[in-house]
Amino acid sequence: MISQVFILSSKGDHLIYKDFRGEAGSDVVSIFYEKVTALTGDQPPVVMVTPHKREQHSHKDLHFVHVRQGGLYWVATTTANSSPFTVIEFLNRLTALIKDYCGSLSEKSVQMNFALIYELLDEVVDYGYVQTTSSDVLKNFIQTEAVSSRPFSLFDLSNIGLFGAETQQSKVAPSSAATRPIQSSREQGGKSEIFVDVIERMSVVIGSNGVLMKADVEGEIRVKCYMPSCSEMRIGLNEEFSIGKSQLRGYGAAVRVDECSFHQAVRLDEFDSHRILRLSPSQGEQTVMQYQLSDDLPSAPPFRLFPTIERDSGGRLLMYMKLRCDLPPKRSLNVDCCCYCGFSLSQELSSPDQSAELRPQSRAVVWQIPRFPGGTQLSALFKLEVPGLSSASMLEVGPVGLSFELPKITATGLQIRFLRLTPVQPSPSQRWVRYVTHSDSYTIRI
Amino acid sequence: MPYLGSEDTVRELRRALSNPNIQSDQLRYRNTILKVIRAMSQGVDVSGLFSEMVKACATVDIVQKKLVYVFLCSYASLNPELSLLVINTLRKDCQDPNPMVRSLALRNMTNLRLPSLVEYVEQPLTAGLRDRAACVRRVAVLGFAKLHNLQTNSEIDAAVVNELYSLLRDPDPVVMVNCLRALEEILKEEGGVAINKPITHHLLNRLKECDVWGQCEVLRILQRYRPQSEDELFDILSLLDASLVSPHPPVMAATLSLFLSLCSGLPAVSLAALERVRGPLLAACGSMSREMRFTALCHIQLLLRSVPGLMGVHYKRFFCGYAEPAYIKQRKMQVLVELVNDENVAMLLDELRGYCTDVNTDTAQSAISAIGHIGRSYSDRCLEILTGLLGLKQEHITSAVVQTMRDLVWVCPQCSDTVCLALEGCEESLQDSQGRQALLWLLGVYGERVSCAPYTLEVFIDGVRSETSLGVKMELLTATMRLFLCRPAETQDMLGRLLHYCIEEETDMCVRDQALLYYRLLHCGIEETRKVLHGRRSDPSLGVLIGRPAEPISQWACSFNTLEPLRQGTIETESASRGSPEHVTFDPKPNTDLSDTLNYSHIEKVHSGSDSTTQRTDSSADILASNITVPLSLSLSPALSPEEFEHLWLQQQALHAEQDPEKMKEEEDYTYMEERIHCPAIPHCSPQNLQAAMQLVNIQTLAFTPPHTLPWRVYLYTHTQRTSSADMTHSTLILGELLYTGEANQKVRVKKGTGDREVVVEGREDVQIKEQEEATGDGLSGRELSGKDGEEEGVKVTLKQQPRDDKALKGFLSILTTVLHTLSSDRA
Repeated sequence: MISQVFILSSKGDHLIYKDFRGEAGSDVVSIFYEKVTALTGDQPPVVMVTPHKREQHSHKDLHFVHVRQGGLYWVATTTANSSPFTVIEFLNRLTALIKDYCGSLSEKSVQMNFALIYELLDEVVDYGYVQTTSSDVLKNFIQTEAVSSRPFSLFDLSNIGLFGAETQQSKVAPSSAATRPIQSSREQGGKSEIFVDVIERMSVVIGSNGVLMKADVEGEIRVKCYMPSCSEMRIGLNEEFSIGKSQLRGYGAAVRVDECSFHQAVRLDEFDSHRILRLSPSQGEQTVMQYQLSDDLPSAPPFRLFPTIERDSGGRLLMYMKLRCDLPPKRSLNVDCCCYCGFSLSQELSSPDQSAELRPQSRAVVWQIPRFPGGTQLSALFKLEVPGLSSASMLEVGPVGLSFELPKITATGLQIRFLRLTPVQPSPSQRWVRYVTHSDSYTIRI
Repeated sequence: MPYLGSEDTVRELRRALSNPNIQSDQLRYRNTILKVIRAMSQGVDVSGLFSEMVKACATVDIVQKKLVYVFLCSYASLNPELSLLVINTLRKDCQDPNPMVRSLALRNMTNLRLPSLVEYVEQPLTAGLRDRAACVRRVAVLGFAKLHNLQTNSEIDAAVVNELYSLLRDPDPVVMVNCLRALEEILKEEGGVAINKPITHHLLNRLKECDVWGQCEVLRILQRYRPQSEDELFDILSLLDASLVSPHPPVMAATLSLFLSLCSGLPAVSLAALERVRGPLLAACGSMSREMRFTALCHIQLLLRSVPGLMGVHYKRFFCGYAEPAYIKQRKMQVLVELVNDENVAMLLDELRGYCTDVNTDTAQSAISAIGHIGRSYSDRCLEILTGLLGLKQEHITSAVVQTMRDLVWVCPQCSDTVCLALEGCEESLQDSQGRQALLWLLGVYGERVSCAPYTLEVFIDGVRSETSLGVKMELLTATMRLFLCRPAETQDMLGRLLHYCIEEETDMCVRDQALLYYRLLHCGIEETRKVLHGRRSDPSLGVLIGRPAEPISQWACSFNTLEPLRQGTIETESASRGSPEHVTFDPKPNTDLSDTLNYSHIEKVHSGSDSTTQRTDSSADILASNITVPLSLSLSPALSPEEFEHLWLQQQALHAEQDPEKMKEEEDYTYMEERIHCPAIPHCSPQNLQAAMQLVNIQTLAFTPPHTLPWRVYLYTHTQRTSSADMTHSTLILGELLYTGEANQKVRVKKGTGDREVVVEGREDVQIKEQEEATGDGLSGRELSGKDGEEEGVKVTLKQQPRDDKALKGFLSILTTVLHTLSSDRA
């Protein structure tokens, strides 16, 4: 049971406040904000406040559950015995809904669409009880239209060539294509699109001796649908896809995951025989399938680091780093390499477009590589001025964390064979399949 | 937050709202209302526009209606009279052909929260219950709950309640779930909606139709149901099996909660359910949303309390990602500590070692204390890491390491040598008071082994004037006193200076009083001082063989899937912000607060205070009282440290080995006996229960192996006091070992080696009589049972007594037997 829901900006501005049960006043908003910002750093999602003695008559213990998304605090006040799973899932679902309806999640879009958000909240929750969060049901009730917050930008003009001819090949969807409000599809009509994203998050730990200590992948298939009429969709996965250790299918390189779960609405009658998922997508975004794989990646980890650390005669710490990318050569990636250590810095990088800086508050050297072609090796030499350098300071260097995004690659090798929509769409519909692997946590020990 | 010019804004808006030109233009009218709402959510007080907004309510534009309702519901309580005007519009809307308008009107009618309007609302609500459109029924059902809460003291309308019960059969699943919710609220006084067999089965059958939220609600309410037969129970469980592994964490958690409450009498089934949710819980731990990850982690901690091995294989899933927030990292480390075993300890420590140098000092400190926890079982490896960390000379790291070492030494005194070596020279990089207190405690207690201890203390004493922390000053006093007792020559001078300062110049009363106390104590003589100050160096209750006991599931089942587990960690860390370990480790055990010497006949009285074990103790106390006729009392003082115990035990073991009675010296006045007690369930009993039960009768358990391991051992001791004749009291010390090797052995063997054969014939007879008595009396039940079932096992009890006192020993044995029997029958 949810008593109130409110949305705060990171600076504490009240963006949305909705009281469902009239049990506590709106002053709790500032109580929450004081509590959550009292300490530095992110706070756990549950914050509890016991009011002072003199206030005790007004309200009992306050229980706030919050999530942070899009730089905002999404907060629900609730009672001690309510399920944290439910409240957090609800808040996450609410952010997803608002993202679907407003196009993106930011302070600005929430501010511009407050009427829409009030309307949504009104339909989603009644008297503190969640009624529905299905966008199929909600689309019948929601009347307000979203206000898009896309500022005028010169980059928009770059798509238009000489005499207004469209130059950009329509083979590639612009990255912003999937961040528009779902409702606009109703009016524009022509733009009926469907996006199927295979998103994987890798967490890897490589030991100081180069041994792979841990490699986990969490993946999901997400469908974002802008189609007004789509009764059924069939997604075909690789035939060799297998779940668990025992099964082995086909003769090709097995695509294996440890565990796999599906959205309620997915029908699996063709899954066992042909690895086909059937579903009728509702408008907006939904996660169709989630899977995990631990410790048994089909391919080697994409990056290797060969660090050397020594002290030079001038009492400086020399860090020589060689970073190798083991991906197919055509790829070029944007990689951030972050190494924890202290102190001031001089650097030698192998190419001018790279940069490295020292961030004192996080005590880390950040080496940014905007273009990292696959199959190559880059190196960097950092010289660090360390006051009072001792052999023990060497222990403090490391680990190195890499953050990157690998487009068109899945670490598990999961592929989508085909995507069929029935009935066949009358208007030209666009179907996009995108693959991406994020580095959830890619740590290399030194 | 009101900002300058809010009055102007309101005036401006009022003018616009009442402008007929704007009113006629729908779009402009709507935009003006939008502005009002925007001002409202920014915190401007726009309540003055109430009457204008009431007028705006009468429109055909649904968007405008919705906006106005948002406004009206926020300010209705300030303008109850004007709100009456809205009711007419709302009631008219309730007749609208559009179901959306009807539901909207109905919902907002009840959201106005005005008791004065109740009479106008009831009729449309009742009509709403029978509406064709499901969305209207949904609103109407909840509307009754709102009405009820507006006037809680009014009578419950039985007709409404009946109507709601019948709507449980509504074809729309949300209406059904809303009925449950409404009935829960309306019938709160009677304990909520009645959950009987037909309703339960109906709800379970329709569970699939509900969405995630509805399922959670139904599962939660079903927790009150008690199946009538075992068959029914298992039918329900198999129906729920699919939701137990649901990919939606809320459904999974709610189902597990229901499982645990249904199977509270079937621990095996509950354990199987926990195994089953491992996959989904781990998946939730890797969820995209970090809040969800955190929640899952906290609940995994709960599960681990009962099934420590549940996640053993998956320990790598709890490695921290470098971008994760500190609160998740800390929880993950707490889980990692639980998962340590022989195979993964190297890997785990390596990982934790990496976190110790984390940028976030809180994370670094929790990593260090996690290593300290692992050090209780793998002390060498952990001490190596901890000592290495001291080399970094980082302030916060050194402080955390010293505190961790202190806590470690308190539990594992065998680490003290390494710790004493490591302490040299780390005072330079200690700045915070917690760390310095820990260092001072260590220097005080182990001062004789740290060569530089007096010099370190001298630095502290020289700086005492500028010392601000009260805790450090107090600890400094005690440490200097303790050091003075073992190294008087080096310390005397500085102790004098310190006492002088504290008594003459110190302003804080606490410090001054403590200094005065020590000063006067010194006047009483060194021996007295030593008695007072030489307290324990280690935790008296936990010995070397610590294994975390598995708690019964019922201990946490009620807090599963509530906010409780998410807050626990913060409380733990708060209470662990410590002073000396003596105070910390004593707190959680209620039994130690009891008077040291308990006479067994008073047990009942004393124990009414302890909650978890009350039932057991009462019964055991009854049996004890009826069984024992020897006036015998057990006591725990003087306390015996694990080292002393070991020493005594081994010494007597050696003597016993060369048992040839002729060689025995007369002065070796001790008894040794072995006994088998039949209580098969004891080795599976949780050490905490065992310890609590033993402490009730004043037997102190010193060390035990974790349950389910073989051979299973418990070491214990107590002092007996027996008033034998007239005013003479005999007191003896009894050491005991319970051993369970797992092999079936039904023989009751009583083997007795008496140290003093010189007690001549009477003694021998005594022994024989005792053997008989034991065979007929205490041992009887065991032997009878084991006679029936050849496979039954017994627990071998070895007791050593010093000085010898057969009656006391016999009395003790019968107490012990009773306790063990009670415990094992309790478990069975």
